[in-house]
Amino acid sequence: MTETAEQATPLVQLRDLKVHFPIKSGVLFDRAVGYVYAVDGVSLSIRRGETYGLVGESGCGKSTLGRGLLRLVEPTAGEVIFDGTDVRQLKGEAMRRMRRRMQMVFQDPLASLDPRQSVESLLTEGLKAHGLANGDSAKRLRETLAAVGLPASALRKYPHEFSGGQRQRIGIARALVLDPDLIVADEPVSALDVSIQAQVVNLLEDLQNELNLTYLVIAHDLAVVRHIADTVGVMYLGALVEEAPSDDLYAEPLHPYTRALMSAVPVPDPRVEDRRERILLAGDLPSPANPPAGCRFHTRCPWAQPTRCADERPGLREISPGHRVACHWAEDIRDGRIRPHEVAAEIVRPTGVLAGGDPGELIPTA
Amino acid sequence: MPLLDVQDLSVVFARRGEKPFTAVDNLSFTVEPGQTVGLVGESGCGKSVTSLAIMGLLPRRGVRVSGRVLFEGADLLALRPEDMRDRRGRDIGMIFQDPLSSLNPVVPIGLQVAEVVERHFGRTRKAAMVEARDLLDAVGIPDPQRRLKEYPHQISGGMRQRALIAIALACKPRLLIADEPTTALDVTIQAQILTLLRQLVVDSDTALVLITHDLGVVAGLCDVVNVLYAGKVVETGTRHDLFANPRHPYTHGLLGSVPRLDSPRGERLTPIRGSVADNIPWAEGCAFAPRCDRVNDACIGDTVPLEAAPHGRLRCTNPVPQEVGV
Repeated sequence: MTETAEQATPLVQLRDLKVHFPIKSGVLFDRAVGYVYAVDGVSLSIRRGETYGLVGESGCGKSTLGRGLLRLVEPTAGEVIFDGTDVRQLKGEAMRRMRRRMQMVFQDPLASLDPRQSVESLLTEGLKAHGLANGDSAKRLRETLAAVGLPASALRKYPHEFSGGQRQRIGIARALVLDPDLIVADEPVSALDVSIQAQVVNLLEDLQNELNLTYLVIAHDLAVVRHIADTVGVMYLGALVEEAPSDDLYAEPLHPYTRALMSAVPVPDPRVEDRRERILLAGDLPSPANPPAGCRFHTRCPWAQPTRCADERPGLREISPGHRVACHWAEDIRDGRIRPHEVAAEIVRPTGVLAGGDPGELIPTA
Repeated sequence: MPLLDVQDLSVVFARRGEKPFTAVDNLSFTVEPGQTVGLVGESGCGKSVTSLAIMGLLPRRGVRVSGRVLFEGADLLALRPEDMRDRRGRDIGMIFQDPLSSLNPVVPIGLQVAEVVERHFGRTRKAAMVEARDLLDAVGIPDPQRRLKEYPHQISGGMRQRALIAIALACKPRLLIADEPTTALDVTIQAQILTLLRQLVVDSDTALVLITHDLGVVAGLCDVVNVLYAGKVVETGTRHDLFANPRHPYTHGLLGSVPRLDSPRGERLTPIRGSVADNIPWAEGCAFAPRCDRVNDACIGDTVPLEAAPHGRLRCTNPVPQEVGV
């Protein structure tokens, strides 16, 4: 809290981050026959102490973005500036030291905790790796467990002895024990039951207030993200389509995709459900290996206008303070100057299956 | 007469050398023709086992099913397996959660739809395929003629769920059981599928039993909602009554712990403490007692009965007070 300048500079800045995965083919030589454009040019910044929520549907690249930020997958291009340092330029020991400051909480707490390690061993592993294991570490473990609401007796237990919510607490403790600045939480509550989700959401909020943590929360559940995030970014097919302070985004979504997404989230209140207007999207997400030209969303957009949407890829534009939208027609849609129209559904191959061709009659249909 | 009348259904899993586990405990509910009834609860509350028991899909060994499942007056549990086979798919259709694991991966979609019609109505393959194409068209699959020959892995998750719905609807059943039909799908696809289900139910006057953990889905779709906890119904009501005025502390707690898209930001969630794992056997009182804020002496000791309440049914000794002026 001493330097205001430090407060002003964002903790994380992504500049035109790209993560492309090659699609390999060939028997002798691994030839890249194409690329999956998982993250294709995302720029965003996360301020200290804030929660940035990243939402989007499966296959939109939100998890890959989180992993690319931590260099768990190597970005193809772009810059990841963490506290003034370009993380992508760091090598070896410097990178390893940097990793202590950015930790991750994974979706499935059972899959991300080694079943054969006790909680103590799971938590100490990180401390050892960063040379922080010393006489004080026992105290530190107890404090961390207390912070996530687990008793000290948990140390000697194994992951299978806990319930789903408690396991997620262990996952959070493992990230916390290293005293990080940034926690990337990838779907932290989606594997949990509704009544448990609220416990974990509240815990994340409490920890942030106490420890001045910065979060990147990646989730598909808009209601959860709205609840915990200060700024929300909406992703579609590898790119940000809209970014705004949480309240603004929910009060006035400007991008057609955000509008459709928000109208699709069910609200547990029949009075609201009966009155709601739904924007139903036609068809499915196009393949990120072969994204549409122009605006990525134009194939499903009820507001798409001839030629410009199909020809020119819109960049993020700031429409009101802090509210950025990647749509050519955002103002016109907001002011009702263009009306939605029908979009016919088209069939989309599931991602990962390239042009497989017709497999023909493999099975005798007798 | 209700279309489906489930009376005192119990499912007990018993393994040699292990204590029997009661997954569903004296469950009763009814479904009127054309009505949409929701079974809501968290994992482990017995909602899926209930649907499998109604369909007669539970394994015979190691499972004890008791009670009565009256479908138009006839007890499905008393039917011979071959008679049940005739009814399953024809009178009662079922949609499962995960369309990829419930479709056969090595059989084209069209054939999987067509074989239901062939089996129950004795159509020829050719006639059945024509019907299959119309069914795929009806559930909103574009270019159905081409889809007929495609395999499940070639189409997207939303399409697969549509294909599954087409199979369930192939014989125009009077009752459709949908077990978490949209849980595996993205929200925008979920909205497509729910709209489709809503339309189908209205157009064909099919009754629907919707099993889900998502209160939002229930709020938009169900006429009557049964809330389940640890294998028992804890509260029943029409959706408007139930959501406006949940009386059981569990229902009340569930609604308080769900972040809502339209609630003011920064409002703290009120979670239910503990987890489903720390319950006590029903025989010794209310299973929700260890997690309940309104617990009193009457909750522990005797089984709490499910009693008629002004808005439906309620199983609680100390319900959340009725809000005034709602």
